[in-house]
Parts: sequence; C-alpha cells; structure tokens
Amino acid sequence: MNAIPGRIAPAPLLSVEGLTKWYGHVLGCRDVAFDLRPGEVLGIVGESGSGKTTLLNCISGKLTPTAGEVRFDTRRFGLTDIYGLSEPDRRRMQREEWGFVHQNPRDGLRMRVSGGANVAEPLMNLGARHYGQMRQSTIDWLDRVELDTRRIDDKPRNFSGGMQQRIQVARNLIHGPRLVFMDEPTGGLDVSVQARLLDLLRELVRDLGLAVIIVTHDMAVARLMADRLMVMKGGEVVETGLTDQVLDDPQHPYTQLLVSSVLQI
Amino acid sequence: MAYVSVKGGEKAITHAHQWLAEDRRGDPGVHELEVAQVREQLSLAVDRVMSEGSCYDRDLAALAVKQARGDLPEAIFLLRAYRTTLPRFGASLPVETEAMAVRRRVSAAFKDIPGGQVLGPTFDYTHRLLDFALAAEGGAPPEPAPQAEEPQAYPMPNIASVFRHEDLLEHDVRTDEAPEPYDLTRQPMKFPADRDQRLQALARGDEGFLLSLAYSSQRGWGSTHPLCGEIRMGEVAVEYVPDELGFAIEIGEVTLTECTMLSGFAGSAERPPQYTRGYGLTFGHCERKAMSMAIVDRALRHREVGEQADAPVQDEEFVLYHSDNVEASGFVQHLKLPHYVDFQADLQLIRRLRKEHFERRAALKEAAE
Amino acid sequence: MSTPVPALANAPERYYNYAYLDEQTKRMIRRSILKALAIPGYQVPFGSREMPVPYGWGTGGIQLTAAIIGPDDVYKCIDQGADDTTNAVSIRRFFANVADVATTEDTGEATIIQTRHRIPEKPLKQGQVLVYQVPQPEPLRGLEARETETRAMHAYEEYGLQYVSLYENISAYGRIAATAGYPVMVEERYLMSPSPIPKFDNPKMAQNEAVMLFGAGREKRIYAVPPFTRVRSLDFEDYPFETQTWEETCALCGAEDSYLDEVILDDAGDKMFVCSDSHHCAERRAAGHVGPMAGHALDQDAALKEPAE
Ligand SMILES: Nc1ncnc2c1ncn2[C@@H]1O[C@H](COP(=O)(O)OP(=O)(O)OP(=O)(O)O)[C@@H](O)[C@H]1O
Ligand SMILES: [Mg+2]
Ligand SMILES: [Zn+2]
Repeated sequence: MNAIPGRIAPAPLLSVEGLTKWYGHVLGCRDVAFDLRPGEVLGIVGESGSGKTTLLNCISGKLTPTAGEVRFDTRRFGLTDIYGLSEPDRRRMQREEWGFVHQNPRDGLRMRVSGGANVAEPLMNLGARHYGQMRQSTIDWLDRVELDTRRIDDKPRNFSGGMQQRIQVARNLIHGPRLVFMDEPTGGLDVSVQARLLDLLRELVRDLGLAVIIVTHDMAVARLMADRLMVMKGGEVVETGLTDQVLDDPQHPYTQLLVSSVLQI
Repeated sequence: MAYVSVKGGEKAITHAHQWLAEDRRGDPGVHELEVAQVREQLSLAVDRVMSEGSCYDRDLAALAVKQARGDLPEAIFLLRAYRTTLPRFGASLPVETEAMAVRRRVSAAFKDIPGGQVLGPTFDYTHRLLDFALAAEGGAPPEPAPQAEEPQAYPMPNIASVFRHEDLLEHDVRTDEAPEPYDLTRQPMKFPADRDQRLQALARGDEGFLLSLAYSSQRGWGSTHPLCGEIRMGEVAVEYVPDELGFAIEIGEVTLTECTMLSGFAGSAERPPQYTRGYGLTFGHCERKAMSMAIVDRALRHREVGEQADAPVQDEEFVLYHSDNVEASGFVQHLKLPHYVDFQADLQLIRRLRKEHFERRAALKEAAE
Repeated sequence: MSTPVPALANAPERYYNYAYLDEQTKRMIRRSILKALAIPGYQVPFGSREMPVPYGWGTGGIQLTAAIIGPDDVYKCIDQGADDTTNAVSIRRFFANVADVATTEDTGEATIIQTRHRIPEKPLKQGQVLVYQVPQPEPLRGLEARETETRAMHAYEEYGLQYVSLYENISAYGRIAATAGYPVMVEERYLMSPSPIPKFDNPKMAQNEAVMLFGAGREKRIYAVPPFTRVRSLDFEDYPFETQTWEETCALCGAEDSYLDEVILDDAGDKMFVCSDSHHCAERRAAGHVGPMAGHALDQDAALKEPAE
C-alpha cells in the first residue's frame, strides 16, 4: 500500500508538526514535521546521536516534547493531538491502536512471563476473557512469526535473541494495531538472523497493511522496509523523500556521505 | 496434640507470659538489673532505642531495653507503641546544632577546621581487646578525663562555614514560612517522596539496614564518593513557642549526633559544580547510624543532581518501604501466626496436581508398553 | 504480646483513651472509612498508627475496630475461622480491656466481627460489620513490586497483568491455581484483594448485607465493600471461577458445605476434617447434627460455650 504518486492522498493517519525536544540545553530533535498515511512505512535514518530515538519516543507518547504537536487519527476522537488527551484516554488509545517494538526485547517483553502469555497479553488488555480462543490466536501468531508453537509456555530467557524479537513482534501485532513503532528492531541481531527477521517483518507489514515508523541507522534495513525516508542530523531532518530517491539520488551532502559510506563497506 | 497447640487459647497465653517474665529475670541469685543501670551503663543501647523509637526519654528507653531483655528492635517497638498514644502540644523550633555543647567533633575533610577537632568519648583508636578488668566488678570508678587546656569554641562553627566565602558547598535552605515537615507517624508514605519525608524515614530506620545500604554504596552500588565533612555530638537546647506566650522558651536539652557527608557534583545546565551534602541526625550518640543515614540521604538525592539511579540504595521505594524495623519485624514474624486455612487450600491443590502428575506418567508408561 | 495494656486501662484513671486510640485518630480513620465506602474497592491511604501489637498481627483490623466500636457493641474476633486461636483471643481480650465491650463467639449476635483469613459460614445480616485484617492490600503486589506502578494500574484500570497471571496458571496447571487471596473485581471497577481468605469464601462477599471493612496497618491502607455490592472473582469464560470442595464431611458435626481444616491425629497419617468455623460447628452439634467422629476428644474441647470474658 505505497503512497502512489498522482492519486489523491488519503487523510493522514498521523500528522506531526513543529516537534521539538530539548534535554536541558542539549538538543534532542528540532522542528520536525511530516504526515504518515495509513499503510505507509516511514524510515528514520541518521548517525548515532542524531535524534532518532528521541523523535520516535516523542511521537509514540513516551516522551513529552518541549514543543509541537502529534496528531493521530484515533478511533474514538478522530484526528487529535495525543498530548491533549487525558492520560487514561491516551494510554487506552496506545493499547488499542498502537504497537511498539523495542530494539532490546527485554524492554518490550515481560521476562518473567511465558512467551505465550506475552503474546496474549494485549488481547487481555483489550478485554478478551476466553482462554481457549486467546491460546489459539497465540499459537497462530507464533506460527506466523515462524516460532515452534510447542514452545509456547517457555520463558523468554529460554529463547535466542532473534526468537525473543519474534515474540515481541507477535505481541505487538496480535491485537490488530494500525500503527507500529520500531526502534532498531534488528539492531542487536547477527546478520543472517537479521535478514530472515527483516523478510518476515516486511511480509507482515504488507499483508496487514500496517503503518510503521521504523528507526534505523542501517541503510540496508531502510531500503528493504521503508516507502519513505527521513534523514536526521544533529536533531534536525535534513532530507526526506521516497526511499529509492533518497538512497539513489541523495541531495543533501550528509545523506550522500551516509549512502556512500554504506556502499563502501 | 496439634489441634491443642494451635488453639492454645487464654490459658496458654497467660502461662507463656509468666514464663517470659521468669526468663527475663534470669537467675534470681543475681542482682536484678536496675533501669538506672541500663540508662547509665548501656547508654548506647538506650540511644539507639530513643533514635529509632522516635522518642527522647532515657528512662523509658532504658525500661524498654530491660523489658525487652536487651532485644533492641523489641525495645524500639515498645517505645514506639507508647509514643503513639502521647498527646501532641506542638512542634519545637528547629534545633541549632551550631549552638551545640560539643562533646565530640571531627572532620575528615580538613586537618584543622575552625573550632578544632574534638575526639571526645569514642571507641575509635581503642584496641578491641576484651578488657578483663571490667569483669572484675566493684572497682573504683575511672578517673575523670583531664580538662582541655583551652576552652572550646562556642558556638562551634559547622563545616559549611569553611566553604561559605567560596560558595563551594550547597547552602542550607532556610525559609521562615517552611511548610510543616512531613510526618510519617501521621501520614502514610507517599511517592515520589520529598527530602523531609525521606529524612524522617531514615532517622527512624533500622541502623543495620542503613549501614548495609551505605556500605553497598561505598562498594560501588550507586556510589556518591562521600567524604565525612563533619560529625558532631553533644547537647542542644530545645525551644518551643507556646501560644499563650508568643515567644520561645527553652523546654529542655537533648543529646544529638549530626553528620554531614560531602559529595562532589559536576554541575548541570542550571547548577554550577559544587559539593553537595548528605545529612544524618540521631538522638543520643549513634555515630554509625548518623553516618549511614547521611550517605543514604545523599544517594537518594539523585533526581536533584541528575545522577543515574540503578542501585538499591538509590531506589526510594525500596529504601523507604523497607527501612523500618518495627514494620519489618512484625511482618516477618507474623509468619508464626496460624496459616492453616490457606495451607489447607494449598495442600488440596498440590495433592490434586500430584495425582494428575502420576496419572499422566502412568498413561505414558502404558502407551510405551 | 497480648496484654500490653496495664490493669489500670479499665480503671477510672485509665492510661489510655477509650478503645485505645485518641479521638482525633479515630476521626481520621472514620473519614478514611467513609471514603473507602464511597469508592468500593479503592485503597485509601491513611495515617496508620503504631499499635501495641506487631505489624502483620492485625494492626489494621484493630484500628478499624477501635475507630467504630462503642460500649453497646458486641464484639467477636476470629482467626482461621476459630474464636479460640491465640491471636484472636489476644485481640478479643484487648478490646474487652480497652473498650468495655461485650464479647461473643456467636456470629449472629455480634455487631462487629473482626477476622483473619475467613468469612463466617453463617450469612451476615444488615447492621453487622465484618472487619478484615489485611497483610497486603495490593492485589497486584505479587506481580508488580512498585507502589507507584500499581497505583497507576488502578487509576487507569489497567488490569491486563492480573489476567496474564491467571492465563499463566492455566497454561501451567490446567486451572487457575490461586487458592487463597483470590483477586476480585468490585463493582466492575477496582481490582481488590479479599485478604488471604480461601477462595471458598469469595462468593460470600457478593451482595453481602453487612458492611465489610479491610484494614492494612503496616501498609497504611483502608478499603471497603459496602452492603449489596457486586463482587466478582476473576476468571475466564472457559475456566470459570470455582470454589474448593471436600470429599470428606466435618468429623464432628457432619457438615458437608463448610470449609474444613485438616487435623493430624498421629504420625501414621491418620487425620480428620473439622469445620474451620468453630462456632458454626458447635452450633450445628448443639442442634443435634452428628459427624462420623462425634464424641472425639476434640468434640468436648470445642463445644459451644459461654463467652470467655
Ligand atoms: N535522556 C537524555 N538526557 C539528555 N540528553 C539526551 C537524552 N537522551 C538523548 N539525549 C541526547 O539527545 C541527542 C539525540 O539522542 P538520541 O538517543 O535520540 O539519538 P539516536 O539517533 O537514537 O542515536 P543512536 O543511533 O545511537 O540510538 C543526543 O545528543 C543525546 O546525547
Ligand atoms: Mg537510538
Ligand atoms: Zn463441623
């Protein structure tokens, strides 16, 4: 569901404006603005410390920005500034409509609870009360992320890093979110595991028609996953455009450096 | 029979208490311990009981030590349970420790500080050899220690005075309209806690627990690199303003131990680099406790100075919720109360699970054969 | 620890105020009780006092009782369902001492019943108050150690974590294994710990005619279930809540529907089951009910008797 040029763009799912975050006198990110349409995958790239995580956290309601607005097309209130919602409403909206895949599965999983229960939890959060049905959809999802369903009751620590990441992906998709945030979802994994997980993510995102904002410093990941790219440097967006355009014909000198450094490796 | 022992009832309780009284007295051939002896000769036990019992009364604390057979947490509990029934007339003015009649005053920060070092009555530098001369009781009281050649400074300036002209040490915050300090004996814990609430909890906190936390911090679990700025112990006057009079009158004198720990602070956007303080204060002479308290106080101030907080000593909920030995001792020991209703429920479950386990095993075996 | 109050406590020049606590403190506690009744299941923080019994031994329940008791009350105190367990005896003595109150073992006659770990078998009536002693008021504490977190969960009604634990139970044991302190939902809003009563007693809480007050002294919380309130034990549609049952009946009174304690008779594995609610059992026997071991030594021991004091 890429944004097709020439057609009338549907209403944005997410609309960010003037988003700025200061940590004391250290700049996190400044004056970021963009729209995200349903089903669109936006990649945020840039070197370490450029403000990717800061931006993602501000957009996803984890970190209150210093200035700016994050409007999301909520089911209950329509297009609304998420920081204008009451905290219970915002948390409910996050539970119901969003997912967040952390770089480190430990940050996104309950490590003391079985993999299966981790995957089922979002359903329970939304009021599901039938054990058998939840168990079945957990099994279906473990299958979808290519995990051995017989290990449903194992604790996360008994899974490898790549497997933990799959559990985290299943946990963040099972409740049918419309927007999923991902911060370096393949960052901690070795190259071969990374490739399989990326393939899987790409398929799932396409099949489900998900909108995704994915942070990465890896241009290969960006090319594979994203429809559109935003390049950050020193807390600001220096270039933005369709992924192929940005990577094949970078305009900003910093982007050129970023792209060429990848090619040299 | 098991049934009788759990349903002991009236008689068992009465008899147990008689037995306790008998054991407390010990061999009747040995002189009964007088409360005054405890007060005078086990004075550090008395001091600890007053401190953690939050009640300054040497006689009551000595009585509690005697009644508790020397079990100090039990004595602290006795004193607390008494204290809570006392009427409140009001709050005293803050005591001025600079106006303390100092019996001991040392600083590790400078070789010589205004007012000088006063070693006072301390175990420090004694060799920890059992003194068998003490076992031969009935000797003459020890010679009084000689008087100093020069009179002591009064008031005794505190460590902050050394830094005053250079602004190297964070200031005391003194406001005339300070809000009533938090009172944990009247209000439940609240989080995040302000410093007044934290300091009160630490002042009432168990010496052993705070000592271990302070120690853990020194060993690298949330270190604040403390330096002992000053310890002082001595007597201060307590002043109170009765409504009828409208001016302060002195209502008594208490012995206090005060400790200031210094920790460097690299500065932030708003604050210049400076030394920060950890503060410890106890009734009586409780030096180990005052020092531990100061280190823990400083560790808990991580939010103010933007330190990363990942050690137990920096975890406010962990430290404050678990430092009170009256709460801790009661809850740990409540496990002695009968739990056979819940245990029965548990037993039932485990029997059922065992049964299912063996049935499954048997089925597997059958299938295999 | 049971008679910390000197003999003078009951004399005209008593050392302590009526019912031990001073009137200001009682007023503070009563305000907390009213708030708790107004928000069923919500844990109200209160300025719990140090009591002359240790924390964990009923300080919360004692403060609640002290705040509401008057000379006209009739007080009953049970632990594990029985009136003659040591701590119950000790607490009952305390109130007889400091509140000049009549005491009873008769559930029907009592106006205030203080309890640890049980709800009496006999249904409670309007006008009665059941005071629970609560060691840990926070139902989520076993799953989340931080108070700051659990308070937020209640505020936002985010109870997924509790269901996760039930889910795990079923995955591991094929059933919800919680047996005592089984969490309940009050008026479909607040998740609440029923205190460590066996889940056998949970259904008694729903639509109960009596006022139910819960006191946690050490944790400094009061909560309440007003009369005729919905109280639902958590479960799943396909794993509905169920209570314990026994194959045995009470050896003394033959009761088939009461909560039973297991009594070890010797070290050869012989045992008998008797009602945990000692007054219920005695009353049944007085009414002529006979169990398979009627006449056993325990029968005399636990027979219906006049109030001790
Ligand atoms: N909590 C914080 N307090 C102060 N400064 C911070 C904080 N978090 C981030 N920063 C600063 O904000 C800037 C942006 O950091 P951010 O973590 O967003 O970068 P990033 O692009 O995600 O980097 P990486 O690729 O290394 O994860 C950096 O200068 C960083 O030092
Ligand atoms: Mg980052
Ligand atoms: Zn019976």
